[in-house]
Amino acid sequence: MAEVLVYVDHVDGAVRKPTLEVLTLARRIGEPVAVALGAGAAATAATLAEHGAVKVLTSEAAEFADYLVVPKVDALQAAYEAVSPAAVLLPTSADAKEIAARLALRIGSGIITDAIDVEAGSDGPVATQSVFAASFTTKSVVSKGTPVITVKPNSAPVEAAPAAGAVEELSVSFSALATGTKVVSRTPRESTGRPELTEAAIVVSGGRGVNGAENFAIIEALADELGAAVGASRAAVDAGWYPHTNQVGQTGKSVSPQLYIANGISGAIQHRAGMQTSKTIVAVNKDAEAPIFELADYGVVGDLFQVVPQLTEEIKARKG
Amino acid sequence: MSLRIVVTVKYVPDATGDRHFADDLTVDRDDVDGLLSELDEYAVEQALQIAENADDAEVTVLTVGPEDAKDALRKALSMGADKAIHVEDDDLHGTDAIGTSLVLAKAIEKAGYDVVISGMASTDGTMGIVPALVAERLGVPQVTLLSEIAVEDGKVTGRRDGDAASEQLEASLPAVVSVTDQSGEARYPSFKGIMAAKKKPVESWDLSDLDIEAEEVGLEGAFTKVEAATARPARTAGTIVKDEGEGGKQLAEFLAGQKFI
Repeated sequence: MAEVLVYVDHVDGAVRKPTLEVLTLARRIGEPVAVALGAGAAATAATLAEHGAVKVLTSEAAEFADYLVVPKVDALQAAYEAVSPAAVLLPTSADAKEIAARLALRIGSGIITDAIDVEAGSDGPVATQSVFAASFTTKSVVSKGTPVITVKPNSAPVEAAPAAGAVEELSVSFSALATGTKVVSRTPRESTGRPELTEAAIVVSGGRGVNGAENFAIIEALADELGAAVGASRAAVDAGWYPHTNQVGQTGKSVSPQLYIANGISGAIQHRAGMQTSKTIVAVNKDAEAPIFELADYGVVGDLFQVVPQLTEEIKARKG
Repeated sequence: MSLRIVVTVKYVPDATGDRHFADDLTVDRDDVDGLLSELDEYAVEQALQIAENADDAEVTVLTVGPEDAKDALRKALSMGADKAIHVEDDDLHGTDAIGTSLVLAKAIEKAGYDVVISGMASTDGTMGIVPALVAERLGVPQVTLLSEIAVEDGKVTGRRDGDAASEQLEASLPAVVSVTDQSGEARYPSFKGIMAAKKKPVESWDLSDLDIEAEEVGLEGAFTKVEAATARPARTAGTIVKDEGEGGKQLAEFLAGQKFI
């Protein structure tokens, strides 16, 4: 059976959930061979094996942390040459898209980014994408070379599929370009204790209607009751009420959770582009004419300062 | 010597318009009004600020696209760029990201550069990979997705805000840079700027000027193929209730019915 390279997104050996989703899709096309790079790479093997990796290629060279993107391209290329896979799949992230693009160029292949589904096809994998702010769905193939595809978080279920997961050290010789862009310092994000926005099953967002940084506490309270991530519209971020890392929309994160709760968000195209593929959409807004209600499976026309705390209390009460 | 800054920009269909696909499954660029991609305005802005802080600098805006794409160049010139290059050729229709990066890299080399500045992504394709591809082709450092940028003493430095960490980056020139919408509000063209732009030079190059064969680009040269594009079915109308004091509880009832709580 053909092998499929899967790039592993991990933090010090802890595999992030979108990688496990990609393993589910990779198994439709062939046998997943995972590539884990950087500090803690070898520690990823057990989790990857549980989810179908037949092999885990690792390298813990210091270059991966010290320089931007290119060392990882060199490593993935080395893995590609060692394995000759049928496809290369990566979980979408800013880094992964750039790594994928440079790899594709080097190996003479086409690249598809932000797939929401990948299936085996007669001419290689077929990738589904959601485009134009989710108003269209496309199906595409890579017509030259080995398909390189990045997959959006929440595009597939995580499935247990135990496999060997044999760890092999990957030998990488770094190109002259690898040390071109130095990472002078790195400041880790402070943990909020909430799930990562793009990975969360539930996202609770606030917009212009929240009307102030201090009022985001009621959005956070609802999120915490649901075990959800917190999002914000561009209006709320531009006003300085919530950090840009939480922005949902065209210039922020694109999310696709099981449940999206939009509070005080009108639903401009800029915002819809980042959340329209959510499975269930709920909206709370004072303005009955707000375009967000066109998308909503359930909407409450009302004051979010009344509705949201009542909802939070009701959930708390139902939990007992 | 003068600091040569090349800003790559894209002319895109207006995101607030009714965007759709043409019969050959390329993006329809005829039926929807186009404009300079909003995210490229940030690149133009940072280029102008870097030029203003340098002793001597020249800002060239570069686009690849059909005749109308001149509008995007004109906007950048009216913001303050010095000159423009328009790569236009019928054979470019349907070019994908890999092909676009080839055309841009060749044009950037021909123009001469110390630093290339791009936006974080286009607002139509939204892939966000062209700056990395151009850096790979040019064989120079990639310093991408910066929310803060400075160019001085032959170096570019900046801050890249990632999901897990915020990184401070540094590279020697020449380099390829991309900036995010957090890098700083883009200026509006002044009336004087708009008038001055009409007199600024816009060079037109075609594929033969760049020694690129027609087969390397366009739909034929593309490395990917869109096999089908389907309009997303309209979401079925949901239940909308007016809050009469029990809105939160009603919403909880809906969420319970959907097994979210």
